[in-house]
Amino acid sequence: MSDKPKAIKGAASTSDEFDYSAGLAVIPADKIADPGLEPHHVRMTDKSKKHEKAAARQVALLFFVSIIGSAAALVIYFLFPLSTTEFGPVRENTFWLGLAIALGTLALGIGAVHWAKTLMPAAEQAEARHQTRGSEETRARAVEIIKLADQESGFSRRKLIRRSLYTALAFFPLPGILVFGDLGPNPGSTLRHTKWAKGVRLVHDPYGAPIKASDVTEGSVFHVVPENIDPEDHDYLEQKAKAAVLLVGVNPEDLTIAPDRKGWDYDGIVAYSKICTHVGCPVALFEQDTHHLLCPCHQSTFDLNKGCEVIFGPASRPLPQLPITVDAEGYLIAQSDFHEPVGPSFWDRSIN
Amino acid sequence: MATAVNTRKKGGVLAGTANYLDERVGVAGILKEFGRKIFPDHWSFMLGEVALYSFLILLLSGTFLTFFFQPAMTEVIYNGVYGPLKGARMSIAYASTLDISFEVRGGLLFRQVHHWAALLFVAAAGLHMLRVFFTGAFRKPREINWVVGFALFVLGMAAGFTGYSLPDDLLSGNGLRIIDGMIKGVPVIGVWISSLLFGGEFPGHNIVARLYSLHIMIVPALILVFLAIHLFMVVIHKHTHYSGPGRRDDNVVGYPLMPVYVAKAGGFFFIVFGVIMLIAATFTINPVWNYGGYDPSPVSAGTQPDWYIGWLDGALRLAPTHIETVDAWGNTWSWNILLPLIVGVLFLVVVAAYPFVEAWITGDKREHHVLDRPRNTPTRTAVGAAGVTFYAVLWAGAATDLIATNFHMSLNQVLTSAQISLFVLPVVAFYVTKRLCLSLQRKDREIVLHGRESGRIVRLPHGEYVEVHEPVDAYTQYKLVDYKDYKPTLARPNAAGKITAGARVRASLSKFYFEDRIAPVTQGELDAAHHDHHEAVEAAPVAEVKAVTAKKAPAAKKPAAKAAPAAKKPAAKAAPAAKKPAAKKAPKKD
Amino acid sequence: MSLFRRNVNGARRHPMAAVAVIALGLIVSGGGYAAATAAVHPASNSTAADTQLVAEGKKLFLGNCASCHGKNAAGEVDANGKQVFPTLIGVGAASVDFQVGTGRMPAQASGPQMMKKTVQFTDHQIAALAAYVQSLDPTGPTVPDAKWLDGKGDTTRGGELFRINCAMCHNAAGAGGALTEGKFAPGLNGVKERHIYEAMITGPQNMPVFSDKNLSPDDKRDIISYLKYLEKNPSSGGYELANLGPVVEGLFAWIIALGLLVLITMWLAAKSN
Repeated sequence: MSDKPKAIKGAASTSDEFDYSAGLAVIPADKIADPGLEPHHVRMTDKSKKHEKAAARQVALLFFVSIIGSAAALVIYFLFPLSTTEFGPVRENTFWLGLAIALGTLALGIGAVHWAKTLMPAAEQAEARHQTRGSEETRARAVEIIKLADQESGFSRRKLIRRSLYTALAFFPLPGILVFGDLGPNPGSTLRHTKWAKGVRLVHDPYGAPIKASDVTEGSVFHVVPENIDPEDHDYLEQKAKAAVLLVGVNPEDLTIAPDRKGWDYDGIVAYSKICTHVGCPVALFEQDTHHLLCPCHQSTFDLNKGCEVIFGPASRPLPQLPITVDAEGYLIAQSDFHEPVGPSFWDRSIN
Repeated sequence: MATAVNTRKKGGVLAGTANYLDERVGVAGILKEFGRKIFPDHWSFMLGEVALYSFLILLLSGTFLTFFFQPAMTEVIYNGVYGPLKGARMSIAYASTLDISFEVRGGLLFRQVHHWAALLFVAAAGLHMLRVFFTGAFRKPREINWVVGFALFVLGMAAGFTGYSLPDDLLSGNGLRIIDGMIKGVPVIGVWISSLLFGGEFPGHNIVARLYSLHIMIVPALILVFLAIHLFMVVIHKHTHYSGPGRRDDNVVGYPLMPVYVAKAGGFFFIVFGVIMLIAATFTINPVWNYGGYDPSPVSAGTQPDWYIGWLDGALRLAPTHIETVDAWGNTWSWNILLPLIVGVLFLVVVAAYPFVEAWITGDKREHHVLDRPRNTPTRTAVGAAGVTFYAVLWAGAATDLIATNFHMSLNQVLTSAQISLFVLPVVAFYVTKRLCLSLQRKDREIVLHGRESGRIVRLPHGEYVEVHEPVDAYTQYKLVDYKDYKPTLARPNAAGKITAGARVRASLSKFYFEDRIAPVTQGELDAAHHDHHEAVEAAPVAEVKAVTAKKAPAAKKPAAKAAPAAKKPAAKAAPAAKKPAAKKAPKKD
Repeated sequence: MSLFRRNVNGARRHPMAAVAVIALGLIVSGGGYAAATAAVHPASNSTAADTQLVAEGKKLFLGNCASCHGKNAAGEVDANGKQVFPTLIGVGAASVDFQVGTGRMPAQASGPQMMKKTVQFTDHQIAALAAYVQSLDPTGPTVPDAKWLDGKGDTTRGGELFRINCAMCHNAAGAGGALTEGKFAPGLNGVKERHIYEAMITGPQNMPVFSDKNLSPDDKRDIISYLKYLEKNPSSGGYELANLGPVVEGLFAWIIALGLLVLITMWLAAKSN
């Protein structure tokens, strides 16, 4: 009993432990008898003073090595200084500092374990274990306490108090939930629009140079953003996250153009949203020969020749196409925004 | 300590301190209760400790990192020391991560310690869970502690994920983008949740700071609370021990907390710390400087989450093409996101609920403190193996691209094979494991009944060669026979005379679990076997002569088949379980 | 060899250690690029020596390449009009130098993509082949000028351009990555500056073309400088684990870290002798 913390167990009894049902267990009639604990294992350090002394020396040596390691770490800290103005010996700093600390901790730990294994008693001991449930007496007392509490408070008796308490407790967390309402704004229609609009030039990501149709040779790929977003804008990344486009030049004869998308390309130059319709990774791997676009995150594959329809992987919808044309100076411009929301699907995506 | 308490005048500073503490916090009582508590010693019991110590190291290294990290997404122009990013536009969070790495002595070391410890924390917790599962340590009274441990594993994943996203580099940003895409796919509320989480549109300027408070406050606090409950319950229940001589359900065999366990466990903390430190000093982890600050346009090949989220990422990859639907009201159901989510949640629910299911099937209400050897519960072990395989396929699914490039295979074929494997391999794993367990159990029976193969070949006077079998000692023998045996039940009518659906399910599950069972050797069987051996087990060669001569001569040369004929001998009739009959088929009806 | 070496020395006029390392690398790896540059550039000027080089290239072409690419280098078209073997007219010296100089050509067996192999020709022969193909259509891209390959560009810009234009296939650290159906983007570590540049302007196999209008020669120089910076500066954190990211890190944590600790627990719980 001495091992049972009273605070946890209450007054558990050592005798008469509760007899539980064994369920489907087969209780063997003539089980082979338990021979009891095996005899204690005798170590060299138990038998010989010489070994015991050697082990003690080893433990002390390990602790001494640990001191050396930790002390070395102190020195190394100053040996490889890093500065805020010049690239310093980061690799050396990391390596030597880590090595020294590791030596300090490993030797310390190994020493302690070695001590326990060789010099502390090796004899296994048995200690009684009791069932987790309280004794009948304890349980009876627990029930009594609950009944008493109920009686004294009238919890069961006073329905009105009890029910109003439940209701109050149910209402209490609601303001706590509501205050999180300002974590973010009403999404509104933000997912449906991008910065692309009629006449907006397609420019290089990230440096913003406009692109002439004649620059987009067959087999080349341009990573493009609209000219009307600026890194200085507060919402630059949010806009870029929706508006990133892949501009590809292919042989116009290779393209199969759906009737409702006639005129969206410009002489074999097509622009598609780079944001995967699966979960939104940039689909940027273009294979020049096969005209396949691959998403590196989940391997959705889109066929650029056929309106970027999905030919493999978990995506379901084609990448949205950006209708493009050229302006008077020969620079590529958008005809309009995308005709559908870009990126991953969402609940009311198809409802306008 | 007791002396210190009673005799104030004696002793030095230590005794004085002890007395001071006892008079104020009752330290003597605490020591009396816990000081000599017995802990069983087995390597597999240390796995949870690896997780615990990794967590402590995470707290230590993480605190250091918080002193330097700034979780702000305001854009700055980097003018730190790393050449290839000088002048680049990036968030303060990313810039401060670079500063920790390159301008703080030991900064990169502790970043790497923190990240390696995180990977190790979840891995060790996972391995610890597997140990608990395969040894049946989740049985009564530990079912609730299994659930607490499960919660810790999930919290570990949450802690890891929130930390992974903090540096705001290209890799973690794309990880967040995937999360955003998944959230948006949730029916009805997805877009709202995304807006609330990111404070507007992705990526916004809030997410890093929000994840930071979760990462350094809420999640670790929850982990600490659950850890406390977890360990508290270990104290209440006392640790389980493996079956063996003298190990029973009503005792615990091992070493006392003070001094042996304190020295071993305390020393082990430093060893875990040292190993992590050694790895952090020598192996790069998450070289954020390669990825650049987050920008929604680029992406790197090999964009993957840390390993513990990998199985969910794999589930996303394995979803079939074109399964998104739009219903009659125009609402979009992103099954390519929902299906993996459902599969993942179901898997977790099955894991969490397993102890209760097994307890319901066996109906065994007794407390179990002696662990099962995995072979002695063939169906549970096989179910576990199937679960591990299922998880492993999902996990491998997250590495399809790397598998394809490193083994020169087609990415598409790798993915398709993974889709098929997800259904086929767990079934294969189940059957192979179950057969393996049953074979090992038969082997154990044979060792108990006929001793171990000694490898010593003896030539008998009439020219026959036999292998000598050496009997095992009583301690080893007991270890091989001390396990719980269950038999299937039939669906029985309840008090109202009705056979409920629940009873039917339970009956068929019990059949599934215990139909193929191998009972432990009983004393009767042992006596019968020894009788065969002329009750002179020590004279093994002679006994073997007896056993083998009854057999057809040619087979005798194969040592592997040595004991089979015992069952055919008339004497063995008394003990029908000498070999084959051991695999009792459950009675069909009774 | 003395001819090549003189050219290399001529190009090696910068005292900076980094450049010295590149130049040294070039000498060690055969000094080929300078030879090719020297040999091909004047080809358009049609001096006698170059005519001879073109003739030599033609001979090599007929002996080693014409079986697939055709005697007139126009490739081969099957009955359906599908190009089975590509035409080499207009691909330029840069393409030849890349394909032959990295050992991808002559191709050994058909597969998802042509693999890098041991280079089959000497630098002089490669230069001759390049000169011949260039002579078929002088508008094709030529072998880049050494000034774009000096590795002294702006690494910040290079890193940014690399991440936007290249990292999705080649990985942010240039470790390579998977494409569809068994194709892959090769790792870039150890690839010569010249070959990186040529790959960008010619778009070998499934790689898109990055013309000078898309990425200017300066941009390309920056990208090459960035890649060379990564190559020459080992990770500050220690051994890189092939730069393959979290998957390899996870495997390492399970197998090495946890494996080591499990071994230690076994020692810890084993009975001492």
